[in-house]
Amino acid sequence: MAERANSVELHNVVKRFGDIAAVRQMTLDVPDGSFVTFVGPSGCGKTTTLRMIAGLESITDGDILIKGRRINEVPIHKRNLGIVFQNYALFPHKTIYDNVAFGMMYRDVDRETTRRKVRQALQLVQLPHVEDRYPKQLSGGQQQRIALARAIVIEPDVLLLDEPLSALDANLREGMRVELKRIQRELGIATIFVTHDQSEALAMSDKVVVMSEGWVEQVGTPEQVYNEPASEFVATFLGISNLLDGRISEADGQTLKIAADNGMDLLAHRQPDRPHGIGQNVRLAIRAEKIFLADAHAVDNDSILMDGTVRAVDYQGQAARYFVECGGTTFQAVNPIDRSPFQEGQSVRLRIRAQDVVLLDPARSGATASRAQTAAGTEAAA
Amino acid sequence: MVRALFSGWSLIRVGTILVYVFMFAPVLVVMLLSFNSSQFGSFPMEGVSFRWFVALYNNDAIVRAFQTSIALGLLTAIIATTLGVTASMAIVRYEFPGKNLLNTVLIAPILVPEVVLAVGLLLFLQFMGMPRNFFLLLMGHVIFTMPFVVLVVQARLVGLRREYEEAALSLGANPLEAFRRVTLPLIMPAVLAGMLFAFTISFDDITGTLFWKPPGVETVPTQIFAMLRHSISPEVNALGTVMIVLTVVLPLSGLALARRLAVRRGG
Ligand SMILES: Nc1ncnc2c1ncn2[C@@H]1O[C@H](COP(=O)(O)OP(=O)(O)OP(=O)(O)O)[C@@H](O)[C@H]1O
Ligand SMILES: [Mg+2]
Repeated sequence: MAERANSVELHNVVKRFGDIAAVRQMTLDVPDGSFVTFVGPSGCGKTTTLRMIAGLESITDGDILIKGRRINEVPIHKRNLGIVFQNYALFPHKTIYDNVAFGMMYRDVDRETTRRKVRQALQLVQLPHVEDRYPKQLSGGQQQRIALARAIVIEPDVLLLDEPLSALDANLREGMRVELKRIQRELGIATIFVTHDQSEALAMSDKVVVMSEGWVEQVGTPEQVYNEPASEFVATFLGISNLLDGRISEADGQTLKIAADNGMDLLAHRQPDRPHGIGQNVRLAIRAEKIFLADAHAVDNDSILMDGTVRAVDYQGQAARYFVECGGTTFQAVNPIDRSPFQEGQSVRLRIRAQDVVLLDPARSGATASRAQTAAGTEAAA
Repeated sequence: MVRALFSGWSLIRVGTILVYVFMFAPVLVVMLLSFNSSQFGSFPMEGVSFRWFVALYNNDAIVRAFQTSIALGLLTAIIATTLGVTASMAIVRYEFPGKNLLNTVLIAPILVPEVVLAVGLLLFLQFMGMPRNFFLLLMGHVIFTMPFVVLVVQARLVGLRREYEEAALSLGANPLEAFRRVTLPLIMPAVLAGMLFAFTISFDDITGTLFWKPPGVETVPTQIFAMLRHSISPEVNALGTVMIVLTVVLPLSGLALARRLAVRRGG
């Protein structure tokens, strides 16, 4: 037997609405007890995928398995899922107790067990004293907790959440994020979470699924998708990345030397599973917070150093985002502020470590090339 | 001052008041005269009495008409509401071919002049070789009260987010249970309003009823119509008062109740 089973499996799942392909060929495992996040821009198919798993949307092609059972044709009320909706969807005509107890009516349990489990669930979301109230008498954050209690009290096989935090204000959202994660851990319930907020995705997940236009761009741990973006889309969607085109000019052991099209020479680490021949064209991504600004004449031995000029400063308190012109290319760099930020017009030295230069997989860039937002340098070089 | 009095707005106001007086004065007169103790239904009133209501109660034809009207109204309300709610659910919540056509057909009876509808249904029945009977009358009333139910209930359903039903389904309720426990309670104000409309309209109707009613059966409106052909008896005034109470006061208080319910439940 496999060491770890999957709560949900998607095999080549496709969803078309007439001519619109909302989800194309999605394959994914959600291991038992894991927290998986779908992240991507609006309209990329996150909700549609979730609704197919929930049984609220039919599946055009492919298979969905829950706990190893193919459920393509199983109606929603026989899937044993917990769903939390963006707008809570608490039944307005029922008390909080009756809301949470609703699912227990369809489980084979006696009154006492129901009562005990409802109490437990309310305890878990830290709202034990609101049983007799109506949803309208609770705040948004409280309603969201009740919605969560209602979904988990039935001990579902999977918990599905579609942007459950987006209706809350920023402060509350941070708190709920931690809370939600704690509850999920405590119950050990496999969870699929939809968001278009990248910080939510990175903060909460065991596994992040980055989607774009119905495609899965990358699946990986938060560190993987952030530090080793597989495609240009992922590099630019999560955080700020600088993109450069270039050619491999030297390949020696672990390190590659790359001649960028704008005339710079950069060092990069070899990607383990890909061939790198001399003369090969590559596209590079460098995270804005991995480009370090130093005073104009700083010296450093293990990095590439380039001279540039600060063109604009976006002051953010504990950090600043700099737009630095360097060899005809404008780089974006996000650096913590030591004492005072660099000033506009100031000459600086950019430091880029080889380990921070990511070689993008050319095979994956095609589908989303048009999506590149901060394609620094590509136009200048062309 | 004088100019203010005759300015455009006050003219409109006076005009409006006159229109309402013109509309409601006869109704008030009928209600007043029904308490007149005189033999002749006219002013000046001689004294206050309930004799015409007693006479009404002792008039077999009228009591029978009342029973017919109430039975017809209740059956119409129940059937039209059941069908109307089902149709509204289908139209608002599901996709199927011919949906728009069905919607138009359901609403059409209030757009078609009642006489045309009445004659049409009658001809159809004759073509089928069926005699006029109570069932035909009931069917006619259902057909032209259902649009009101459909309109009111559809408006409410469209405004009701689907997530409530989806949440119920996800918790294990089958579609019927989800409807019974979640959707229906949430659209109940509209359902009750539609039911009241259906009852009132059925109770009031005369055009269609005259065409469809089997020989010998009278509803309250057709009974009044028949009585007026002979003479204007003060009994008619009393009957009118009872009708007004049933078709105006009852629905209005029902609607007020429904609204109170809706507010309390936060729907
Ligand atoms: N019922 C539908 N009929 C037709 N097209 C639809 C339907 N539902 C979704 N789509 C389309 O499918 C695509 C994916 O939509 P989806 O709602 O899954 O996006 P999303 O990733 O959840 O976006 P958001 O972040 O805005 O919620 C979109 O192009 C959308 O227009
Ligand atoms: Mg969505």
